[in-house]
Amino acid sequence: MKQKTQVDDVNRSLYDFRYGYDEEHYYKVDEGLTAEIVETISKEKNDPEWMREFRLKSLELYKKATVPDWGPSLDGLDLDHIVTYVRPKTKMTANWDEVPAEIKETFEKLGIPQAERESLAGVGAQYDSELVYHNIREEVAAQGVIYTDLESALHGPYAEMIQKHFMKLLPPTDHKFMALHGAVWSGGSFVYVPPGVKVEIPLQSYFRLNAPGAGQFEHTLIIVDEGADLHFIEGCSAPKYNIANLHAGAVELYVGKNARLRYSTIENWSKNMYNLNSKRALVEEGGKMEFVSGSFGSHVSYLYPMAILKGNGARLDYTGITFAGEGQELDTGMKVAHIGENTTSVVSAKSISKSGGKSVFRSSVTVGENAKNAKSTVDCASLMLDDESRSDTIPVMDIRNSNADVGHEAKIGRISDDAIFYLMSRGMSEEDARAMIVSGFADNVSKELPLEYAVEMNNLIRLEMVGSIG
Amino acid sequence: MAEEILKIEDLAVNVGEIEILHGVNLTVGRGETHVLMGPNGAGKTTLGYALMGNPKYEITRGKVTFMGQDLLEMSVEERAKTGLFLSFQTPIEVPGISLSNFVRNALDRKTGEKTRLWKFRKELEKELAVLDMDPAYADRDLNVGFSGGEKKKAEILQMLMLKPELCILDETDSGLDIDAVRTVSKGVQEYHETVGGAMIIITHSTKILEALHVDYTHVLVDGKIVKTGDRSLVDEINENGFEKYLK
Repeated sequence: MKQKTQVDDVNRSLYDFRYGYDEEHYYKVDEGLTAEIVETISKEKNDPEWMREFRLKSLELYKKATVPDWGPSLDGLDLDHIVTYVRPKTKMTANWDEVPAEIKETFEKLGIPQAERESLAGVGAQYDSELVYHNIREEVAAQGVIYTDLESALHGPYAEMIQKHFMKLLPPTDHKFMALHGAVWSGGSFVYVPPGVKVEIPLQSYFRLNAPGAGQFEHTLIIVDEGADLHFIEGCSAPKYNIANLHAGAVELYVGKNARLRYSTIENWSKNMYNLNSKRALVEEGGKMEFVSGSFGSHVSYLYPMAILKGNGARLDYTGITFAGEGQELDTGMKVAHIGENTTSVVSAKSISKSGGKSVFRSSVTVGENAKNAKSTVDCASLMLDDESRSDTIPVMDIRNSNADVGHEAKIGRISDDAIFYLMSRGMSEEDARAMIVSGFADNVSKELPLEYAVEMNNLIRLEMVGSIG
Repeated sequence: MAEEILKIEDLAVNVGEIEILHGVNLTVGRGETHVLMGPNGAGKTTLGYALMGNPKYEITRGKVTFMGQDLLEMSVEERAKTGLFLSFQTPIEVPGISLSNFVRNALDRKTGEKTRLWKFRKELEKELAVLDMDPAYADRDLNVGFSGGEKKKAEILQMLMLKPELCILDETDSGLDIDAVRTVSKGVQEYHETVGGAMIIITHSTKILEALHVDYTHVLVDGKIVKTGDRSLVDEINENGFEKYLK
């Protein structure tokens, strides 16, 4: 009789790049980030004066702030030599031949075209997507939508609007890595949707992040004006390789009166990455913010999108999934602040842990004194695929008025042997049965994604579970 | 006797440290309908699970030949692909995959080729109608939120679609109301007529058997088959119970 087989992890080390750590290729500035370096960055980027000052102020804050001590360990970050993250002198475009065979194979399994593979591996520069990107820009521009990179927008007709909003939701005082971001941010998107405009196609940062040098301290600023509607998609399922292992991007989202913004992310950073991304939305009266989030990659993540429901009747929907495999510690969650009356937040979070992976979901719900009739539902479910993996749920609630309706539910489960046997009795292999159950568990997210992304995500889960697709 | 498709010889099965089946012998010919009766705890479900290959049921002795192959050497999925089907007493809920996609997936695996969608949908709708199931069930997640009766019907639906050589129906009629039993019986009849497969029907009641032709009846008591007869044995047990077979 055939024995049960243990499903092995995909060799995750394939993402753990080590590029030639050659001392000569770096500035030898052991004391860390200096004002001179920040000045140089500012000059290279042709910053307006206020931005130069902003960077320098942020640098001061960075130096004073301490590293968070309440989450996963950040010991693997070489913060004494932070400058090496900021200014690697090696060319971002390495040689395709040097990209490990495993990662090339992964691209192949995911069905990513050669040109895109090279770009995702940080090798190729721009490819066809530049063309696609331009086409999308033209299409939405006809509706009056601005979709451009943040640097050039700083010198365009929207400069004032950017100055008014830039790092106001996520100030450099927020935490150490936001201060760092404020000092050295580079690349990212600026989107402005004028009042009443409904953008039919989802905009995708994918086309922007593939630009050389982008995707580490990138800044995304999206303003959806009154009654407008936008779906913005960040990332893709391919393992995103970056030669430095720190990602501290910032995403600031402004949702106007009766506007709707959906922000979807499928993140699969390479497994050496420390993903310390921050996202925050401000939602005006009757506005709706929707976060759809899939976190698969990185070694350590600190990721807690937040919505401030400022206007009456504002709403947050959060749907997320986290998949922590071997060697991964994914600390994710969400924060919501109910400020206006009749505000609503609905959170559905799933997490999967496997082969010793650890996933933690933190939720923080604050209901202010004036948020009469606020409603909040937080629903967390985790699935542990073996005995060595871990999953935790940490809810925090701060309710300051008596008219609020706040609920929290958490479930932790395992795949039952009975379920595996049932599926196998209909002709599935054990691996397929497990993959099917896990995909089903992630269904809340894949249902919210555009079809091609849902397919990508399911492929990704299959790849994590079985090591192959199809 | 029809061509032999299943031959169980001296099968002993343990669950944990306890031996449940103490040497069962049973032979099933192509297209035959066998009824397996017995008091609670006699080992009927154990026999079904052991044949399907549930890892919790350990075979300690004996030999099973299915479709000319050594069944006990086959993995669970191979058993399914070779044409063995177990209708579960408590079917499992699987969120995230629709009944329709699941059946199609299983069919693809069994036949080794992609099932044509149009033809598949047609056939599925036809079988749903046979089982008095709302067509909307096809697009609902597999067994999720189904009533007890709908879950059992979904099992028969899969059996009709997958067309196995041998079905083991583990108390498919238990817990169903009288109309649902009739519907399930209709589905079983349809399987017998159109697929021509063999069945081992494990049951406590005779309702499901009313409209069916029965070739053999076996009485399983305390892990052994103590009596084999024809259809009249069903009626006899129905009247007198198992008392005379208990030691």
